[in-house]
Amino acid sequence: MAPEMLFNLLLKALLQTLQMVAVAGVIGTLIGLPFGVFLATSGRGELFAAPSVNRVVGLVVNAARSTPFIILVVAIIPFTRFITGTSIGTSAAIVPLTIATIPFVARLIEAAIREVDKGLIEAARAMGATPLQIVTKVLLAEAKPGIVLALTMTAVSLVGYSAMVGAVGGGGLGDLGIRYGYQRFMPDVMLAVVVVLIVLVQAVQSAGDALARRFDKKSRKN
Amino acid sequence: MTNALVEESIGARTMVAFEGVTKHFGESRGQAGFTALAGIDYTVPKGAITGIIGRSGAGKSTLIRLVNGLETPSTGKVMVDGVDVGGLDDAGLRRLRRSVGMIFQHFNLLSSRTVADNIALPLEIAGYDRMSILAKVGPLMDLVGLADKAARYPAELSGGQKQRVGIARALATEPSLLLSDEATSALDPETTQSILDLLKTINRDLGLTVLLITHEMEVVKAIATRVAVIDKGLIVEEGRTFDVFTRPNHETTRALLSGLTGTKLPEAIARRLKPVAGAGDRLFVRLNFFGATAEQPLVSRLMSELGSDVNIITGTIDEIAGEPYGSLVVSYAAAPDVVARANHFYAETGLTTEVLGYGA
Repeated sequence: MAPEMLFNLLLKALLQTLQMVAVAGVIGTLIGLPFGVFLATSGRGELFAAPSVNRVVGLVVNAARSTPFIILVVAIIPFTRFITGTSIGTSAAIVPLTIATIPFVARLIEAAIREVDKGLIEAARAMGATPLQIVTKVLLAEAKPGIVLALTMTAVSLVGYSAMVGAVGGGGLGDLGIRYGYQRFMPDVMLAVVVVLIVLVQAVQSAGDALARRFDKKSRKN
Repeated sequence: MTNALVEESIGARTMVAFEGVTKHFGESRGQAGFTALAGIDYTVPKGAITGIIGRSGAGKSTLIRLVNGLETPSTGKVMVDGVDVGGLDDAGLRRLRRSVGMIFQHFNLLSSRTVADNIALPLEIAGYDRMSILAKVGPLMDLVGLADKAARYPAELSGGQKQRVGIARALATEPSLLLSDEATSALDPETTQSILDLLKTINRDLGLTVLLITHEMEVVKAIATRVAVIDKGLIVEEGRTFDVFTRPNHETTRALLSGLTGTKLPEAIARRLKPVAGAGDRLFVRLNFFGATAEQPLVSRLMSELGSDVNIITGTIDEIAGEPYGSLVVSYAAAPDVVARANHFYAETGLTTEVLGYGA
């Protein structure tokens, strides 16, 4: 394939991937974060103790996470059509990506928040903090490095998931690799796609690591 | 005086009152329930430093957490400055907590905040504006001697410095009561001393009531004017620290006191002691000096009274809650006439003694 043509194909696919990852990541995080906070604080004897609701949310999250992504994409086509008016194309692909992101983010944020020392919650309660203040001023603030790493992991996973939405015409790098590299047997396209993906994931991970390190004041020694 | 007035004057001198307080933890998930507090009646006076001491598991952590409502009693009630903690709604409880500072064994500082921002946290929580927070944080950092560490993070501080931040943070909302939960237990002896000095200064200069729990007699000895000994969820002994330390009644108190320096017999001698006298044995006695007896030349008089040689085994001169105290272990012949003369001397001078045993 002519280099110029390959470049145009790659650029278009990269932008589609970035669009899908960014939109699904942001919306998924906005919805997943409160669920993560809830999961981390609603167990027995915890801040917003509601053990039975916690169990139900936990079950739903597990169910969503154990559904293979490609099945999720197909299964929610009616919902996707309801939201975007279509079931094919990049915008349509964003819907299942977002749905898959929510439970993923929720579990990772839950884990990050559970890492916060329980003593800090007790100290904040002893200061007369409201539960909401404890969440914003203590839990989210202290878990910030962990949350940044969790979101980095989410973005990297989304890059992988986005490769599968070629099945509904979502486009993106993965789709390009399958259609040109595999189905049309053009190994140079396949190789280029893989290289771009590696660079992309590497960049996301490094940026996330650097940001998390900046927020982490725990291990900073003189 | 009418009854109401009597009540009022007692209330005015009492900071915390535990009235028939029990605490049971229910069984859950296969864990058997247990009783942390079995019936506590105790009052903490205003303006003083009061220590509650006990072994781990004695219920002291539960007890101190009742004061600011971090735990609720199963029965009985807890009054703080005349307010029934159990009768408060959520908002009332938060107001109370803002007037009660608390410091912790593991400091519980936010690792993501600088020293200054950690001290500012309770003020932010209480809704102070940025300017008044800044105005308050500076003097607090001066008070605890950390003015140069304002922009540092807790990870960059030593244990003692962290606890100083904890103290400044606890004082930020100008509480009338400070709760100290094993605040020095994670610190080395030297740092412990400096933190205790700081607490003493705060108590004296700010008139702040301090209620501390600890398992270390040294802590109580150094700063608490009153002490309560808690064991198996009950207060088994309480009073002025000096009285409790010099005349302990309960075996738990004695056991806790035995670790204090200078009161322990050298191991080699302790091993040789027997509970009954054999032929030619010597009697080993501990003499306690305090109050008037601490300032008289009693040892030299004892020697001349007994007409027998007196051997000094070990001894200590110390201060308990600011009062001088001496303890001396001596031995002399266990012959009946010598012992009788000695006992007569003790009765006459008011020395308190404790027979430790007999040995060669």
